[in-house]
Amino acid sequence: MNFSLRYYIEKLRKSWMIISLVIILSLPFLIGISLLFKSWPLLVSTPISEIIFSSNWMPTKGNFGLWPFIFSSIVVSLLGLLIMIPFTLASAIYITQFAPNWISKVLRTVIDILAGIPSVIFGLWGIIVIVPMVSEWATSANSANASGYSILAAGIVVAVTTLPFVLNMLIELFESVPRELKESTLAMGASHWQTIKDVILKKIRPGIIAAFTLGLSKAFGETIAVLMVVGNVVQIPDSIFAAGYPLPALLANNYGEMMSIPKYDSALMLSALMLLIIVILFNYFAHKVIRFYQSKM
Amino acid sequence: MNSRKYLVEKIVKIILLIFTIFIVFVLLSIFYGIFKKGLPALNWEIISQVPKGGYYFGKEGGILNAIVGSLYLAIGASLIALVISIPAAFFIHTYLFSYPKWQKRVRLWLDVLWGIPPIVYGAFAFNFMLFMGWPSSLLAAMITVALLISPVMIRSMDESLQHNSKGLFESALSLGFFKGEIGFKFLFKQSLPGITTAFLLALGKGLGDTASVLFTAGFTDYIPESITEPAATLPLAIFFQLSSPIPEVKERAYAAAIVLTIIILVISILSRVLSKRFSKNRIK
Amino acid sequence: MSLENNTSLIDEEIIRKDESKGLHNLIYVKDLSLWHGKQQTLKNVELNIRDKGITVLLGPSGCGKTTLLKTFNRLTDLDPDIKTTGSIFFEDKDILTKNIDVYALRQKMGLLSQRPHPLPGTISDNIRYALKLKGIKSKVEQDDRIEYYIKKVALWDEVKDRLKYSANSLSIGQQQRLCLARGLAIEPRVILADEPTSALDPISSRKIEEQFQELSKEFAIVLVTHILRQAKRLADYTAFMYYGEVVEKGKPSDLFENPKTEIFKDYLQVGH
Repeated sequence: MNFSLRYYIEKLRKSWMIISLVIILSLPFLIGISLLFKSWPLLVSTPISEIIFSSNWMPTKGNFGLWPFIFSSIVVSLLGLLIMIPFTLASAIYITQFAPNWISKVLRTVIDILAGIPSVIFGLWGIIVIVPMVSEWATSANSANASGYSILAAGIVVAVTTLPFVLNMLIELFESVPRELKESTLAMGASHWQTIKDVILKKIRPGIIAAFTLGLSKAFGETIAVLMVVGNVVQIPDSIFAAGYPLPALLANNYGEMMSIPKYDSALMLSALMLLIIVILFNYFAHKVIRFYQSKM
Repeated sequence: MNSRKYLVEKIVKIILLIFTIFIVFVLLSIFYGIFKKGLPALNWEIISQVPKGGYYFGKEGGILNAIVGSLYLAIGASLIALVISIPAAFFIHTYLFSYPKWQKRVRLWLDVLWGIPPIVYGAFAFNFMLFMGWPSSLLAAMITVALLISPVMIRSMDESLQHNSKGLFESALSLGFFKGEIGFKFLFKQSLPGITTAFLLALGKGLGDTASVLFTAGFTDYIPESITEPAATLPLAIFFQLSSPIPEVKERAYAAAIVLTIIILVISILSRVLSKRFSKNRIK
Repeated sequence: MSLENNTSLIDEEIIRKDESKGLHNLIYVKDLSLWHGKQQTLKNVELNIRDKGITVLLGPSGCGKTTLLKTFNRLTDLDPDIKTTGSIFFEDKDILTKNIDVYALRQKMGLLSQRPHPLPGTISDNIRYALKLKGIKSKVEQDDRIEYYIKKVALWDEVKDRLKYSANSLSIGQQQRLCLARGLAIEPRVILADEPTSALDPISSRKIEEQFQELSKEFAIVLVTHILRQAKRLADYTAFMYYGEVVEKGKPSDLFENPKTEIFKDYLQVGH
């Protein structure tokens, strides 16, 4: 092959490489711009603070207060986080510190399988198993909504969907702690648990917080599994047994009719934009912290 | 004096174990729930026929449209993602080789990208389709899912290259090869394990993702004959048919769930076996 | 082997024999073998560790010296694959038996590892943690002792104004001395040192070596090293290990002048 042909092919190859990478890397900006463009009509006609903090949701009358959805999203993801934290932390410690080799291998397989299960299957499991359970609790608590389709059911389901993701990160973090640090602490006469609680947890605390932040942001964007069990009622939920209506569910449920009502599409695209911005901010800082530990491994 | 320490150690261990076992229990409960509902619904008719009389009301027929649609979508999306991801991963390891700071930034950004919820991709793709005047179709869904899985695909290949690309790159460069040639001729072989696992990962995501294709794939009762036609997928079949008031239709949702779960399990076992084989080769 | 009955008997007999020769030993390793899964890392080790003085475990890397060191304070427990046979007698007990109080045992053996691993927290926190484990609760006494131990490792002048700084802000050499102070704060009888100077610059290494010579008047020190010159400088007693076996042992004056085995002769010639 002569040199100029080779050179020409190389140019082609290089452009293919650059174009591919640029498309992917610029995607968040493209998405952001397109969503902003779509939500612009609503943003110019209504002050942003009113859209976010008003609970008045009447699309047909042109009232687009997103607060019930934002509030539901926050409550469901925080509740999910709260449920998920003890399980992920405890099993990350057990798997990396105490479990015999073969048990640890079995557990890692379990986590990998959980990680691969699609959102819609988690949702179905929620309907079959979790919702009836929550319904029983709600009945015995004399709650107004005894159907079981509730904030609590969504919190449990979202905790399970984010669990494998967070757990894998925590396991990596615990494994990044040098063995010698553990040995020097044990050598002072500390018990294994004292070593974990006083030294290891302290050492990787920022990383743990970052991992939970990533989990929170994943819970925030979780759509189908939550939508299937949360009840989808536009209201400010007054108890964990009440139904809610998170932002992603709003989007997924109403895309079909959004073109038929003026500015409805703007409101939906604005909620997508808010999801995008929140998730990118959370993830950016969390990944920066986690990077710090990975570079030490 | 230390007897308390031993006791605490034992109690802590038991508590940690209980929490951990609970996770295993959750997985079993998921399988139990899906199989209990799905197995009675599963029969040859349901997986070999398309729905008759409408997917939401028709009592007859099955979910073949969704099975085929899902496979088309997942394979198509993964292939498109490969076309984007392979050159992008090679770029990080060849042209960006002398700029470690930029390598780091790109990796960070890719990780951030991986966190963007699928529903946001879906909303974006829907906007884009409206803008271009395209109807919902298999192709649109493929592109959406491809964009969704590309960041993680690039990172997975990138990780597999990170261990062994350096020496190879430097020696090949000194032999007078172009950077791109090194990528496609030499690194390709190195990253083959990474590409394979990334492909399987993408396949799993492509099969399982609901939110991003909700806006883009459309939903039909038929098996698509070209990529410009709308298509059904398994997750959408579960999602739509589950809310139907008709028991026969609901059965189809359960059957779709069990089929989807089995396919996902097969893929995850396959990727496990393959990555084990690759890591064996690496030791040699 | 019915250890239960013979434990103290063997022990006392050896002690009597040693003392009649004018030797004071603290640790007796008897027929110790260790398997790491299927691989045997220690083979029938017989060794006595003197009370007060430096016992050097010498040998090429991978010969099992670090593993031997870690059996002394039962850090080998961390790896469930490790199995041992034989015994190690320390203070009238076989420390390899199950019913031993490992936490109390480890507080009698201060460990100094290859590179310093300060605990997260401040300089004084590092020593305070050791004191807490020792059961010293009074803040005033803790502070007194922190000062005492930092002075003992000759670090006081360098750090007295920044005790509240992160321990990671110290240089590697200073960190290693802090770790030594931390090890002393648990009031051990033995100091186990695993190539403690391998990560340090020559000046810091020299400081640690000087510390050791000073401390050997009070403690039994077991020093693992592969540096021949360091062994010659510091050893009161030396054991040469090769592939899990103690090949030769004795006083440095005899050992280095008259090597008996070919392996040790080669090792001395190649030198380090």
